[in-house]
Amino acid sequence: MSTRDIAVLGAGMHPWGKWGRNFVEYGLAAARTALADAGLTWQDVQYVAGADTIRNGYPGFIAGATFAQALGWSGAQVSSCYAACASGAQAIANARAQILAGLCDVALVVGADAAPKGFFKPVGGDRPDDPDWLRFRLLGATNPIYFALAARRRMAVHGATLDDFAAVKVKNGRHGLANPNARYRKEVTLEDVRESAVVADPLRLLDICATSDGGAALVLTSMDFAKRHGITKPVRIPALSTVTPTFPKTVLDLPDFATDSAMAVPEPDRPFRSALPHAAYEEAGIGPEDLSLAEVYDLSTALELDWYEDIGLCEPGGAEDLLRSGATTLGGRIPVNPSGGLACFGEAIPAQAIAQVCELTWQLRGRAEGRQVENARAGIAVNQGLFGHGSAVIVTA
Amino acid sequence: MSTTGVSTGRERRPAIQGWFTGADGDVRLLGTRCASCGTPYFPRNELACRNPRCAGPRDGSELEEYAFSRRGRVWSYADSRYKPPAPYVSPDPFVPYTVAAVELETERMVVLGQVVPGVTVDDLEVGMEVELTEGVLYTDDDAEYTVWMWRPVN
Ligand SMILES: [Zn+2]
Repeated sequence: MSTRDIAVLGAGMHPWGKWGRNFVEYGLAAARTALADAGLTWQDVQYVAGADTIRNGYPGFIAGATFAQALGWSGAQVSSCYAACASGAQAIANARAQILAGLCDVALVVGADAAPKGFFKPVGGDRPDDPDWLRFRLLGATNPIYFALAARRRMAVHGATLDDFAAVKVKNGRHGLANPNARYRKEVTLEDVRESAVVADPLRLLDICATSDGGAALVLTSMDFAKRHGITKPVRIPALSTVTPTFPKTVLDLPDFATDSAMAVPEPDRPFRSALPHAAYEEAGIGPEDLSLAEVYDLSTALELDWYEDIGLCEPGGAEDLLRSGATTLGGRIPVNPSGGLACFGEAIPAQAIAQVCELTWQLRGRAEGRQVENARAGIAVNQGLFGHGSAVIVTA
Repeated sequence: MSTTGVSTGRERRPAIQGWFTGADGDVRLLGTRCASCGTPYFPRNELACRNPRCAGPRDGSELEEYAFSRRGRVWSYADSRYKPPAPYVSPDPFVPYTVAAVELETERMVVLGQVVPGVTVDDLEVGMEVELTEGVLYTDDDAEYTVWMWRPVN
């Protein structure tokens, strides 16, 4: 056991969907489920870490306090953080640091969102000095445009086909069929994907993840506390990475107008998306060959293929063969997104990285009914957000 | 000067000041460059060189005006088939548009831009040579607002 281990005693989610209710309700439901799962009460929680949502007014900006108030002010230490799609992972990182520093034994991490319909758009108001506003104004560069640029590049450089992208959706659709927290639980065929409308060529509607309502929570404790609580072999988090890119960042990313220039300094050995898991592998002292499963951020079907390479499941250019071999399907060598991924959930931004860790926890406990990876021992959850935020979390049995 | 879009006789104004110039028909992206390490920036960076190993003062005094090379090769491309949300100003009815990410050989960076109207994803290929021009992004009662755009060479 590493001295950097913390225990995951509880995991809970409010099902993803378009429920039309306030985000606090989803977070509260997830928190209560996670506490019950841990066999603890809110009064036992010494530290609460909220992952913020920026689309639900002021309560969303101070989510930690919002959830603490909803659970009943208890005098716990509290934090709130925003890191785009990596917000949930940073909330976990905050709780982990508190536990490892010995400042607390029991922490609750909560993220929830109520998402708008359709394209994500910048928050309101004229802000001509904000690149997130300007990319819409000057380029019409929506999120699907960036996903489509990466997908087209993959087709040109690595020979990915539209049917490869569709096969990712079909696979994840099957994985999510039995997941009670997934929003879409319906078999999808290659034909369905092929016939769905082109949104941003080469990507079609079913290649791109939706935006959803949902909530997820984790109860994290010190290893000593878990032992005192009678849990001798808890699921553990031995490593978590939130590294920034290294200059020059040469991969185009939301909301960039341009990459950094590699004129003065050569490209780093590891581009941003592979630097995230690399740092986590180093911290955990394991490698991709030790993984039983992975939860990756499939904002688009094509992006899931990029992640295969970034987390080291294959060499660059090998993702299509890995997919076609069935290795990443449940029953294969290294199932990817057994939860169904964003394809079945849609994105509930601050909850998503927490939800990934919930899935890994259930898988490593052997309790992922209808989608269980056999004899799961170690998993990774990876995520990339806006503006240079991203995360990788390693979870072990 | 090379232009695109249907002219309405209205005044032409850049949709953003200082990001590109069309002077003398030579449309170029404008940015800054670090006089110390040579790193160019687009959009313009006036704050401090962002190369963490730059030996310059990194207080902004090292950043000088820089006009980017006007030709590059398509790194990737995509289009938008649905009307994006504001602040994009869309004509009514919506007209799909194409966006290209273009690799500049000299500057060793990739820059996004819309592709001139009429050029679709079917006309583009990764690696194709393109050049910078100016086109109309949107129009209101007062003026036509222009922005930099890529177009295939020939
Ligand atoms: Zn410099």
